[in-house]
This record gives sequence, C-alpha cells and structure tokens, in this order.
Amino acid sequence: MKPRAVAFAAALCLLLAGCEPGILDPRGSIGAADRTILIDSLAIMLVIVVPTIIATFAFAWWYRAGNTRARYLPEWAFSARIELVVWSIPCMVILLLGGVAWIGSHQLDPARPLPSKTPALDVQVVSLDWKWLFIYPKQGVASVNHLVVPAGTPLHFSLTSASVMNAFFIPQLGSMIYTMNGMATQLNLDAQAPGTYRGLSSHYSGEGFSDMHFAVEAVPQAQFDAWAATAARQGPALDGAAYAALARQSIAVAPATYRAVAPDLFAQIVRLQVPPAPGPAAANGGATQAPIENPAPGK
Amino acid sequence: MWGKLSWSVIPFDQPIIMVASGTVAVVIVAILAWTVAKGHMPYIWREWLTSVDHKRIGVMYVLLAMVMLLRGFADALMMRAQQAVAFHSDGYLPPEHYNQIFTAHGTMMIFFVAMPFVIGLMNFVVPLQLGARDVAFPTLNSVGFWLTATGALLVNISLFIGEFARTGWLPYPPLSELAYSPGVGVDYYLWALQISGIGTLVSGINLVTTVLKVRAPGMTYLRMPMFCWTTLASNLLIVAAFPILTATFAMLLLDRYLGFHFFTNDGGGNVMMFMNLIWAWGHPEVYILVLPAFGIFSEVVSTFSRKPLFGYRSMVAATMAICLLSFMVWLHHFFTMGAGADVNAIFGIASMIIAVPTGVKVFNWLFTMYGGRVVFSTPILWSLGFMVTFVIGGMTGVLLAVPPADFVLHNSLFLVAHFHNVIIGGVLFGAFAGYEYWFPKAFGFRLHEGLGRAAFWFWIVGFYVAFMPLYVLGLMGMTRRMQHYDVPAWRPWLLIAAVGAVLIFIGILLQVVQLVVSVRRREALRDVTGDPWNGRSLEWSTASPPPLFNFAVLPNVEGEEAYWGVKRRALEQARLSEEPAYQEIEMPRNSPTGFVCAFFATWMGFALIWHIWWLVIAAFVGAYATFVVFAWRDHHEERIPAETVARLDRANREARGAALAARLEGA
Repeated sequence: MKPRAVAFAAALCLLLAGCEPGILDPRGSIGAADRTILIDSLAIMLVIVVPTIIATFAFAWWYRAGNTRARYLPEWAFSARIELVVWSIPCMVILLLGGVAWIGSHQLDPARPLPSKTPALDVQVVSLDWKWLFIYPKQGVASVNHLVVPAGTPLHFSLTSASVMNAFFIPQLGSMIYTMNGMATQLNLDAQAPGTYRGLSSHYSGEGFSDMHFAVEAVPQAQFDAWAATAARQGPALDGAAYAALARQSIAVAPATYRAVAPDLFAQIVRLQVPPAPGPAAANGGATQAPIENPAPGK
Repeated sequence: MWGKLSWSVIPFDQPIIMVASGTVAVVIVAILAWTVAKGHMPYIWREWLTSVDHKRIGVMYVLLAMVMLLRGFADALMMRAQQAVAFHSDGYLPPEHYNQIFTAHGTMMIFFVAMPFVIGLMNFVVPLQLGARDVAFPTLNSVGFWLTATGALLVNISLFIGEFARTGWLPYPPLSELAYSPGVGVDYYLWALQISGIGTLVSGINLVTTVLKVRAPGMTYLRMPMFCWTTLASNLLIVAAFPILTATFAMLLLDRYLGFHFFTNDGGGNVMMFMNLIWAWGHPEVYILVLPAFGIFSEVVSTFSRKPLFGYRSMVAATMAICLLSFMVWLHHFFTMGAGADVNAIFGIASMIIAVPTGVKVFNWLFTMYGGRVVFSTPILWSLGFMVTFVIGGMTGVLLAVPPADFVLHNSLFLVAHFHNVIIGGVLFGAFAGYEYWFPKAFGFRLHEGLGRAAFWFWIVGFYVAFMPLYVLGLMGMTRRMQHYDVPAWRPWLLIAAVGAVLIFIGILLQVVQLVVSVRRREALRDVTGDPWNGRSLEWSTASPPPLFNFAVLPNVEGEEAYWGVKRRALEQARLSEEPAYQEIEMPRNSPTGFVCAFFATWMGFALIWHIWWLVIAAFVGAYATFVVFAWRDHHEERIPAETVARLDRANREARGAALAARLEGA
C-alpha cells in the first residue's frame, strides 16, 4: 500500500497547485500517519464509488426510453442474488474500513506519547481571546503567538482555554485538538525537520478568530536552547497581573516572550483558580464594545 | 416599558443592512397593497391563511422554504464575495457582520429552507399516497406551520432590529453564554428556534400518527409507497430528537436569562453536556432531512423508469435501519475534543455502518433503472444528479468518520464541502425533484420543462464549481469561518468557488423564471387527467389539484403500487371501473387558530428577546386564549353534499376515460 499511497498523494499534490503546505505535505510523524490513513481510506472507498458512478451513467443511458435494443422488464423488481450482493459489498468495505478506523484511533490517539528515546518537550497551551499563549514549564518561559520547538524531539502539549473554545492545529504536523475552559486536553506531535509551519485555531471563537494564527518554528535543539535562554533574560514576567491583562480581548497580537511564568499558572487556569477570562464589556442590545487592537502584551 | 429596545438598536449607519431591509419592507408592503387593492385578501384569508387542508399547508411550507432560500442564498453570495476579496485585507464585511452572516446562513438553510421544504412535501403528498382525506390532526398541522413561519419571521426581524447571533449555526457555549455574547443575537436565535421547534415537533407527531392510523382500507404497511415509509422514519426521528433540542436550548436560555450554570465556564457548568445534547439532536436531524429526499428519489426513479422500485422490502429495511442507527453516532462531531481511542473508534465505526443501508439504497435505485425505460424529464435529472453527487458526499463523509482523518480535516473547508455535498446534493436536489414531480398535482399544470432543465444544469455545474475547491482548500489546511486570510495559495480556489456561487445564482433565477413562465402559460401546460407522469401511487388517481376531500370515495387498496393495479385493470377491461355510489363527506372546518396563535407567539418571542416583560405576559395570555376558544368550539366539521362530490369526480372520470380511450387506440 505504501508506495502506491505515496504516488497517489503526489498526484493529488500536483492537483493542489504546486504543493501548497497542507495536510498532504506533512512534516511530522503524526501528520504522515494521518495522511496515510486518509489516503488508504479514500482508496478503499474509491474502489466501490467509481464503479457506482459509472454504473449510474451507464444504466441511465442504456435504458433510456428511446433505446429499442435495451430489454424492457416492466415487472422485474426483486432478485435475491442481487440483494445479497448489494448488502454484502458495503458490509465488506465497512469491515475493512472499520479495522482501519479502530487501529488508527488507537495508534494515533492524540494523548498517546510518541515512541522515542529522547524525552518529550512539554508545552502548555492556553487559548485566549484572540491569541495563543505557550508556556514552557521546564524552561520557565512563555511566548505569545509564536511557538518555537526543537526539531526531531517529541512534543507533548497540554492544552486549555482561558475563555471560549478553540482548536489547536498545525496542519503540517498533524492532528488537532480542542482547547476548553476548565479542562486539559493532551496532544503529542513532532516536527521531523527544521522549518517554519503555520499554526492556527480551527474552531471559530468570535471576532478575532481569523487572526488567531501563529508561526511554528522547528529549529535544531541547540538553537532551541539558545532561544529559551534568550527569552529567559528579556521581556516582562507573566505574573497574575500580566496574565489578567493578556486575558482581555485583543486582536492580532504581535508575537512576544515572557522571561518568567508564575508557577503552576496552567494548572490554576485549568482548575479555575484563575477565573475565566472576561468577554466584551456588556452593552445594551446591539453591538458589543470593540476590543483593543494590537496591545503591547504584558502591560 | 420597552426593555432593551431603543432607536440605537437599528443599524442606521450600515448601508448594506438598511438597503436590504428597506427593499424587503417595500416588497412586502407592495405585495400586501396589491392583494388588498385587487380584493384578494378575503380569499387568501379564507382559503389559505386559515386553511387546515394538508395540501394548502404543504404548499405554504414549500413557499416559505423557497422565499427563505433566497434570503439564505443572499448570505451565501455575500460570504463567497467576502472570502474572494479578503486576501490580506478586511474585505467589505467586518467580522461582526461576517460572523452574523454565516450564522444566519446555516440557521436559515437548515431550519427554514430544508426543514419546511421536506415537511411541506410530506404534508402535501403523504395523505394522498395513503388514500386519506387529511392528516390526523388538521388544525394542529396549521399551528405547526404558522409557528415555523414565526421562527423565520423573527430571524428576519433580527436583520433590522438589533443583531443576529455570531456563534455559528450551533451556538456552542461558552461563546453563546451571556459573558461572551452579551447582545440579543443569541436570544433571537434561541427564541426563533424554540418557537419553530415546537411547530416542527407538532408536525412530526401529526405525520407519525397519520402514517400509523390514517390509511385507506387495504393499505397495509408493506403496501405503502416508499415515500410514506421514509416519512414515517423521518417523523419518528423528529418526535425523538426535537425535544432534545428544545431542552438544550431551554437550558441555554436559563443560563442567559436567569443566571443558571448549565453550560457556563464557572459555577460548575459543563460544556461537554451541550456538545453531547446538541449533537444527539443534530445527527438525527441530518436524517430527518435526507430520508424524505430518499423517498422522493424512490418515487421518481421508479415512475420515470416505468418500473416498480427494485427491492422494496430491502429499501424499507434500509430506511428503518438508518432511522435507528442515526441515534448512535453523534460523537463523531467532536472526535477532536479528546474523547479517547476506544470511544472515538466505536463512534467512527458506528458512523460507517450507516453507509451500508445508504449504499443499499443507491444500488437499489440503480437496479430500478435496470431493465427500465428511463424518460429524462426534469425530476429524474435531479435524481441522477443526486445519485452521482451524493455518492461523492457520502464517501467524504465516511472519510471524516475515520478518526485520524478527522483529526486533520475537522472544521476545515473539507468538512464544509462535505456537508454541502450531502445537503445540497441530497436534500435540496430531492426537494427540487419532488417540487417538479408533484407541482402538477398541486396546481393542475406542469412546470416549464426547458427552463427546469436549464436550472438543473446551472445548479449542478455551479455546485461542483463552488464546492470542489473547498475540498482542496480543506486539504490545504484552511479552516471554516475565516473573515480574512493571508495565504496566497488559497486565493485562486476561493475565486473559483465564488464563480460557482454565481452559477448557482443563475440556476435559482431560472427557477424563479420557470415558475413565472409556467403560471403564465398554464393553459398550454394543463393536465386534466390528474396523472401527468403515468404514476404508480394513489396521489395520481385523483384530480389535479385534488378536491378538498382528496378522494370522492376512499380507495380500496389491493396490492403494492395501488394506482398501477387500477390502471392495469382498466387497460385489460378497456374501461374505467364502475362509477361509485357518491356520499356526503365531512371535512374539518377551517380555523384561524394557527395563524392567531402564531401572531401572539411572534410578539411573545420578540418581547422575550428584548426583555419587554408586560408584552410577554400579554402575548402569552393571547396565545392561550386562542387555544381555549378553539377548544370550546362546538362546530368542528362541514359537510360536502354528495352532488358536489359527484360533479367533481365525474369531470375527472371523463378526462381519465378520454385518456384511456386514446391510449387504447394508440396500442
């Protein structure tokens, strides 16, 4: 299946206007596995779908009213043999596909750690209105709308939301997962090669939603360590007050880093020890108050 | 006194909204003025607004759906235009408008286009196919329709007074909670759907009872036409699923109005409960819509192939299997919320299993054409378009049911393409096929064939041009509901999709022209026999339009395809059956209950949205009083004398006799 699947993906890619980075051009092991399952399932189904479409055209054309050569069977409305076939073909396809789904769901469960000798890098993700906060607990730093990770190292994300739902998605690295207030979800990914990938929110979350994208920079381990060390030396600290300011609604926030993070901030958000972020200032009836455009984070 | 209402809620500074609502207001006033000036008002009141005749109510449902289709499609055009221009720019719609538009588009299209269209067709056709005089509860039927219209009206009022929800067509909390959506938009959404939801539930109860209890003598379950079976399945789903929707929205309303904490972030609210509840309704809803469409295709493919439906019992089994399975798959709408491998896999496989009975249906339609004499008139064009399109939509649906594939496709434009593929390709094509097929039954003349074909081709080509690019965009990682974007590679595909929307727009215009032209040329398109397509089920055995009482004498059903048997006997004996002994018929009296009740419900909904509490109470009392007056009436039925019945039926028998003679001569 593998080489055929790759050839098929290549053909699809060509169709997609010169291989625009997307889920068919994965750069991580999870993304690659997701794509394989997607293409395998599609191939299994095409085996039955293409003949069905051809048969629709063929039957309609051949049995058109004007065709005197076609046999007319005005009473023919049952055939046990055909019934057996039309029930068993979809059943067998679903049996096969069900197997794919069962194995795939377990192997690619977002909460399942990636098999690797290198210990995973922990990143805590908080979706805010309307920006992303990434906390690196071991490095003690945080960043907004900018995710820097070491390439080749497994990444373990714990995710939550400060207010409404969002979904954390880096198409080229694979599986997405929701962020929800009062709950923590888990996601394991990796970036196999250095590069810059697009990350975004894939669940609509209100006015600033379209600007909730971020650059994911996968860099060699040494460069990541250097980045973390630099971040730890500059910028403001993410304490209670700074978080409260950041949690207010704002759109298209420029990337920034925090040199320190209040201990246990993520856990406190999940446990609601930090209250949910406020929405728009309440207004009568019609329009809600306009959110702040591009504020300086941490201030 | 006026709650949250003030002049500031009318968006005077928004030219698009003001022009749009101004135009709508002018059109409504013009139509009303014309009707009054021409003296049509008493007729419309007597024969339509207060009618409890299932045929009239069915026609009004379909009319409502078509008008709302125009509104919902205007939203679609605006969205496609916005995404076509909003590359590295804000486009012409700011987020607060764009977000209302996609919410209104989804809400409109599902609740006020697809639902009334299929309910209207079921209402019109099913009693005729069952050989019944009316539905089980005629006045309740009228109430159901008018409450649906109330919901549609409230959604449209939100355009002009206040705002509509900006949450997406399903108001996921916490975004839809007061903390994050303090405006009246979500309240408009909730009250409009609560009121119309009651209408839908009532109509579901009515149709289930009709199929179970009001059938002609001899019409056993396994002699019912396929459309009656799919109607039964669909309405059983309505009865089971709509209370869940009502309860879920009631909880959200309690959160918003009385400070409860069902779905809030704080106070112990649980958002996942909303997800589970809303999709426990939402997935069956898909089958509520598509099952009647399956029934329509079954009727159309069989009639125009000049053959009985292939594998009828197998189709019945498949229908009921879908009905049952549709309740067991709701979690596939949120595989990406971290449910865990076992749960995801089980719901994924359950979703795939629905593809089995659906696949069987497609194959059975194929084999209905096998050995047939397929006549390519407009209804079967829609059916063939459906078969090809729906197979593709079904395939992408099963793909989304594979959890790891969904992990990268969820909420993307691939998903948007998929559900438009099944809802347009399945439900809407089915509704259009049914509209073309039963229009001559409802009005006694056919729709213009050439314009119908042209509309079909624009629709289907437009559909592929508009939605295939969205599949590609989904694979490129573009997510839904983006007000603007800055990825250059997405742009060309969004431009192509906009072209597709324009093609569909031409298709819709052609449908409007088709209706106008057909009405003007109705004498040339007239069908006097009541059986223009050489039909097989009982609705074709009576005049077009059918008399108030449907059948002069209740038919006695002796097998499957009841009317086909009657016609075959007539051909063998070279004459129609004996003229029956006509008798007086009792029919339910018309009643303004539904209309008046909906009038009060509209005010009540509006008052609840704007917190005008005295008006809420007044309107509630009014609605309740309407029911009391109805309950106390002691004159329920009117009698139609035997002479009238005889006169109407003899005219139709004469036309049928002439058609039979012509056919015998030709043979």
